[in-house]
Amino acid sequence: MIPADFDYLAPTTLDEAVAALAEHGDDAKIIAGGQSLLPVLRMRLNAPEVLIDVGRIEALRGIRDDGDALVIGATTTHHTVSSDPLVREHVALIAKAIEHLADAQVRHRGTFGGALSHADPAGDLGAPVLALGAEFLVAGPGGRRTIAADDFFDDFFTTSMADDELLVEVRIPKHTGWGGHYEKFVRVAHQWPIVAVAAAVRTAGGAIAEARVGLTNMDVTPVRARAVEEALVGMPASEEVIRQAAAAAADGTNPPTDLNGDADYRRHLASVLTRRAVLAAAEV
Amino acid sequence: MTRITMTVDGATVSDDVAPRTLLVHYLRETLGKTGTVVGCDTSNCGACTVHLDGQSVKSCNVLAVQADGAEATTIEGLASDGELHPVQRAFHECHALQCGYCTPGMIMQSVDLLAENPDPSEEQIRIGLEGNLCRCTGYQNIVEAVRTAAKEVRS
Repeated sequence: MIPADFDYLAPTTLDEAVAALAEHGDDAKIIAGGQSLLPVLRMRLNAPEVLIDVGRIEALRGIRDDGDALVIGATTTHHTVSSDPLVREHVALIAKAIEHLADAQVRHRGTFGGALSHADPAGDLGAPVLALGAEFLVAGPGGRRTIAADDFFDDFFTTSMADDELLVEVRIPKHTGWGGHYEKFVRVAHQWPIVAVAAAVRTAGGAIAEARVGLTNMDVTPVRARAVEEALVGMPASEEVIRQAAAAAADGTNPPTDLNGDADYRRHLASVLTRRAVLAAAEV
Repeated sequence: MTRITMTVDGATVSDDVAPRTLLVHYLRETLGKTGTVVGCDTSNCGACTVHLDGQSVKSCNVLAVQADGAEATTIEGLASDGELHPVQRAFHECHALQCGYCTPGMIMQSVDLLAENPDPSEEQIRIGLEGNLCRCTGYQNIVEAVRTAAKEVRS
């Protein structure tokens, strides 16, 4: 299968891309690495009249140190992000989640911002980015604005970016010295998770000083497991404490039922995987 | 139609392509590089793996227009002066194929894997090749071939 016919635009500046999106509106789709979009186009699940390729806009690519945060350009590839020394040092959870994302070839092409904009509830980046309290800088005809991670994921495959906005970069607060782990459950290789858990933990003197837990595929968007976080903070970093806290992982979630498992099975998985993820992140 | 110019297996090529043309179809149908095959057509199986600017990609999941200006290497460009690439030789010697359909992609991904990690463990090889499926399930000898090639490349 090949995609339906479309016109192809390859702007080299962000302003040109924003203008092209404003001009073509609903008829256009943004493409970066294309690793999620091209299969959809080939299967004719979508047939935009115009494809706006943002892959040639230099300003959207790269990783920079911004003091208390790292800033990742939207079209930086997964492979570049996960192998970056700054990412591995300051937001290790992100690098670990990417190691489990799809396969090597897809990680070479697929982009950090593309995957997040796609907002697949089973995507591997939403939960870690949410857990680490990232901010999203988006650009549109009216200028630029920042969206907090808690407000970015709006619904199933839907973000709070307007139709005429595109993602510029993602700002992730540094979590230097925190342990991070991404625990993903799949049936077969290089698949989307049935459920996955992103955990970042800062321990001090044998106790859990701070904890962030994000869940993948437990709702129509990635979600924080706040009950788990609250149960962990201030407690000794022990197996028993973590086991008890993890029991609340599925609280308030609305997991899907599909061929891979029903909602109850996913709730069970969420607590098991949360226990494993927090144990690994806290190095217990 | 959109004009693209790229380097494929060392040669500069330039053609007008429809934007919807997939890189694998451009390679096979316009350039005649039929060594790169289409397997699943859903970006799962990895049979169509080539290198784009030095990194492995699934060429059924890249538009030819996205590859404009890039340098591509296919399975047909691996051997030099009639001498097989060490990974090709190892696949031959270890009998790392049954029907052979996945082989071009397996070899291209193995070359990429060894470029990044010259001494991979068996587990690292299996994870590194997880985007390539062998429907004959001949993975045992494929892993052996990558280990053999790794030793040869290192020595």
